[in-house]
Amino acid sequence: MKKFISQAYLWLLLILLYAPLIFIAIFSFTESKVLGNWTGFSTKLYENLVTGGVQGGGALLRAIENTLLIALVAALFSMVLGTIAAIGIYNLKGRKKQAVQFLNNIPMINPDIITGVSLFLLFIFLHITQGYTSVILAHITFCTPYVVLSVLPKLSQMNPNIYEAALDLGATPFQALRKVLVPELRPGMISGFILAFTMSLDDFAVTFFTRGTIGLETLSTYIYADARKGGLTPELRPLMTIIFAVILILLVVIGFTQKKSATRKNPEA
Amino acid sequence: MADKIIDLVHISKSFSGKKVLDDINLYVNKGEFITLLGPSGCGKTTLLRIIAGFCKPDDGCVIMDGSDISDLPPHKRPLNTVFQRYALFPHLDVYENIAFGLKLAKVPADEIEKKVKKVLKMVSMTDYEDRDVNSLSGGQQQRVAIARALVNEPKVLLLDEPLAALDLKMRKDMQIELKEMHKKLGITFIYVTHDQEEALTLSDTICVLNGGKIQQIGTPTDIYNEPCNSFVADFIGESNIVNGTMVEDRKVSFIGHEFECVDEGFGCDVPVDVVIRPEDIYIMNRTDAAQFTGVVKSCTFKGVHYEIFIDTDNGFEMMIQDYNAFEVGSTVGLIIKPQDIQVMKKERLANVFSGTITSETTVEMLGGEFEIPATTLENGTEVEVEVPFGAIDLQDHSDDGNVGGEVSFLLYKGDHYHLTVVADNDENVYVDTNDVWDKGDLVGIKIDPKDIVIRKKDE
Repeated sequence: MKKFISQAYLWLLLILLYAPLIFIAIFSFTESKVLGNWTGFSTKLYENLVTGGVQGGGALLRAIENTLLIALVAALFSMVLGTIAAIGIYNLKGRKKQAVQFLNNIPMINPDIITGVSLFLLFIFLHITQGYTSVILAHITFCTPYVVLSVLPKLSQMNPNIYEAALDLGATPFQALRKVLVPELRPGMISGFILAFTMSLDDFAVTFFTRGTIGLETLSTYIYADARKGGLTPELRPLMTIIFAVILILLVVIGFTQKKSATRKNPEA
Repeated sequence: MADKIIDLVHISKSFSGKKVLDDINLYVNKGEFITLLGPSGCGKTTLLRIIAGFCKPDDGCVIMDGSDISDLPPHKRPLNTVFQRYALFPHLDVYENIAFGLKLAKVPADEIEKKVKKVLKMVSMTDYEDRDVNSLSGGQQQRVAIARALVNEPKVLLLDEPLAALDLKMRKDMQIELKEMHKKLGITFIYVTHDQEEALTLSDTICVLNGGKIQQIGTPTDIYNEPCNSFVADFIGESNIVNGTMVEDRKVSFIGHEFECVDEGFGCDVPVDVVIRPEDIYIMNRTDAAQFTGVVKSCTFKGVHYEIFIDTDNGFEMMIQDYNAFEVGSTVGLIIKPQDIQVMKKERLANVFSGTITSETTVEMLGGEFEIPATTLENGTEVEVEVPFGAIDLQDHSDDGNVGGEVSFLLYKGDHYHLTVVADNDENVYVDTNDVWDKGDLVGIKIDPKDIVIRKKDE
């Protein structure tokens, strides 16, 4: 009985957590314009999404393109910057290390709205054109700490002598980085990249404040504008479902790579 | 034998204010197997890292084959290292690990294959090329690490406690193999270890380090038979170390008896340290022909020999190793032959601290204030303070003393302990005491004013 209650509690919690997502996913398979009306199973909304038969479809497609482009560029830059930063932090000692790690954590806790507004002010101050450049720079700013956070544990798991061993065998510092350090850190870098990618993908507040007035829309700003115009375009339901599925797959991939590298470290386990 | 391959000149290194290496001068001959031996924290690994180029000395230079390589980065130095924890590249297999250096040197592929095969055969790891390094045992990983270094045919091979992580049996086997490899290849080996037995087994030359300073350099037999100070005598093998007096040339007195010895040139009535190895004391049941007698306190079987502790007729404890067992409580006769007595000059006879007079009855030294017999010297006078070893009173708690300290080295002198205590200001305080302390104990340092002698510093 006790077991049943604890099980039931767990399921109730999971259902509450996932109810909105499941709700959207279910209603992406019906044609009804109003969310909540079930007019029979149909994949028409998915078809519309693919063929572009959506009202204002061009704008939506451009928003998707922008989102993916920004996420990709921001995640790539964050991965490189974050990895270099993590190596630097790892080589610091004592109090300095703690201080830098603390500073790295602040942007993650900081509310997006504050990050957004302060970046907006900074870009104006520095006369940086508001648009792609400013949004990508802003995304790199808040994504990099996540990469640092996922690379640091890989560094501390690593045998500290292997970098020196590479130098000892005749590698220049850059060769040692490329041939020894990067392969060792790759799992951390990949999960950092995926994390950064998803963070960038779903960001609204920072993008909203830094995109300027050239009419740059990403998915989140587009959906926001669309919902305010008078009801959500029905085709956004399958779109959200697809995004959710993609992110779910990415998370599974992260979990899998981490588990794989953990078992490789202890083959007996 | 005469060719120097590596010459370390006046090497000093500090880490955050603490001196790890203090003016090290050491040369290594071509083809030599030299061991840097010392307790942990003595600076031996730092010295190796300076030779490898991972660490820059604050002072001094590293000369290899006649040219100064102090500013050469590690990847340009013609030497290779075997690391303590192997440091194999986990993402590469055995073959790729070993080929790493050759590939960087742009050696043709067929030649790489030949060389890797050859070196694998040498470390008896043939047929392991395709294995993942993580699936290998510690001993196998160590063999791969040695192969990875040797395949580059370095002029000098540096080994940083390479066998420390292996179990005893494996370690013994690897010691023999390393020695054979050294003989066959003719490469110079610089080996770092804290294991004195390993050092004695492997080396042509041993360099004993402690506290960042070279204590003694010599062949294993020299170091064992003629340790130059009580640290070396205590660190290498078992030994009885007691205070003695050199009465005249070839005559030394200790444990209340006078013995003939082979040492000369110390002068008359000079205090010395005397070292006698436990296997060099002859023990027998008859007492008539003995130089001195003792009572057996304990007798323990150690495999090859018995380890016997005796109390001598004058109350000194000595350790003896003998093939025969002796009954506990029995009186035995003891003889020490002249050539088995190792006499060493005392490093110091009393503590000498520098201090400053702060009032008529106090002096500041060791980072604290101590009471002294009334003085007429003015406040602020720089003075030398002499305190005998026996006059220092150690307290259980560092707060109970005028200053605190930590026990860093213990030496049993047969009837008392000679301790080295590092005071809070990092100065060494030497203490003779009958109390039992452990290394690492935190103590308070107190000194009775009547035992303190104050001298004005010479201008």
